[in-house]
Amino acid sequence: MLHIFCPHCQEYREEDEFHYRGQAHIVRPKDPEALTDEEWGSYLFFRKNPKGIHHELWYHTTGCRQFFNVTRDTVTYKIHESYKIGEQPAVKSEDDLA
Amino acid sequence: MKRYSVFSLFKHALSHHENWQRVWRNPKPKQVYDVVIVGGGGHGLATAYYLAKEHGITNVAVVEKGYLGGGNTARNTTIVRSNYLWDEAANLYEHAMKLWEGLSQDLNYNVMFSQRGVLNLGHNLQDMRDIERRVNANRLNGIDGNVLNAAQVKEICPLLDCSDNARYPVLGASWQPRAGVARHDAVAWGFARAADALGVDLIQQTEVTGIRRHEGAVCGVETNNGFIAAKKVACVASGNSSELARMVGLELPLESHPLQACVSEPIKPIIDTVVMSNAVHGYMSQSDKGDLVIGAGIDSYNGYGQRGSFQGIEHTLAAICELFPDVRRVRMNRAWGGIVDTTPDACPIISKTSVPGLYFNCGWGTGGFKATPGSGNVFAHTIAHDDPHPLAKAFTIDRFNSGFLIDEHGAAGVAH
Repeated sequence: MLHIFCPHCQEYREEDEFHYRGQAHIVRPKDPEALTDEEWGSYLFFRKNPKGIHHELWYHTTGCRQFFNVTRDTVTYKIHESYKIGEQPAVKSEDDLA
Repeated sequence: MKRYSVFSLFKHALSHHENWQRVWRNPKPKQVYDVVIVGGGGHGLATAYYLAKEHGITNVAVVEKGYLGGGNTARNTTIVRSNYLWDEAANLYEHAMKLWEGLSQDLNYNVMFSQRGVLNLGHNLQDMRDIERRVNANRLNGIDGNVLNAAQVKEICPLLDCSDNARYPVLGASWQPRAGVARHDAVAWGFARAADALGVDLIQQTEVTGIRRHEGAVCGVETNNGFIAAKKVACVASGNSSELARMVGLELPLESHPLQACVSEPIKPIIDTVVMSNAVHGYMSQSDKGDLVIGAGIDSYNGYGQRGSFQGIEHTLAAICELFPDVRRVRMNRAWGGIVDTTPDACPIISKTSVPGLYFNCGWGTGGFKATPGSGNVFAHTIAHDDPHPLAKAFTIDRFNSGFLIDEHGAAGVAH
């Protein structure tokens, strides 16, 4: 079971308390009407899915009910950091460095 | 290839079964192939077989990083059914079902396909409405199916707790009699043997590390055993599709999740059908050896770890114990996880790509095993003609941009 640090509660809690909400840092397009089908499809459906470091969004469902980000390794499942929405990760993924 | 038959069995019995021919060759890779298939699981081997058998393309290599059928083909719960809701998916899975029905004869290999029927339980009124809708849709598509009430379910599966005060009351079920199970390893081995006999090279212990291009088009694959040239490259590597796509700078609408299953110690026959319940994330059948084969849901988060979470398996076994109180004291022998590539609409991608000569068959999510022959069949057509098979047209990667999704979350659900 993952042991996740909630940056709002400032505590480690068990995975059961959280919900996974997918890839983090997806920016909603400012002007959706202006997008092509390709751009809109990419925004909605296409995800990084890396084998390794991944920034992801979690929701503390049965705790403080707030969203936050986690940097986690998808192979070892090791959690490198938790940080609040709006902050940037300290541990970079391959995509960040590319 | 020497054919298997009752006579060959008798003949070899006389020499104590010591002189059987090797089931397939173990060839050195040639310099150039017409088609290189990346991934030697059931789908990849089926693709190679149908390329050779139906399209006359025999200069084909299947490149596998481990051993044949050692990935998700060996990890699934072997259920085969075709009761999908939407026409596109129903036709694809029914195509596979029809191939299953003649597969052992076609391959001259016993895949132990057993049409013991599948029950999909309904635990509340909405479940039953959905079941009625799905069964009606199935019948309009020529797929067998019935809506059963609780008494009929009890008759088919007496082991199931259908009492009024059950934790998960059974109101009824959908029943597909032609559905069932097949021996997963035998499916990979059967396709491998038949493809090998038609001249396909099965190259194991060889991992693709890159996809080489020349003037934009694919020209071969880099492997840990050197470069293999190919006019076409077809990727059928569940759990690694996104990684392969990344080698040519493509992004796929996939997320990889661990899906887990477990088997019990072998016990006497107690259940002669397959019972699935989407609502409680559990399904169970019994193997010929006597093990109860139990499947769980996927872990919510992305993962490549090939192991599942404790709470995932606990949740499923708790539900199984409620549905089948008699098995509460049965011990589990093994639990394992496989990595499934899920798409946003729970339907696969069988498609050409923007890179000429590169094809992808991926995104089967939690339910690819049941489609193995159909998937290989339509994918082989897609590769051979560089144009989608009529049944695969709806499953191209373009649908995530055009918006023509085929939402099968209901029929695919968690249960397979």
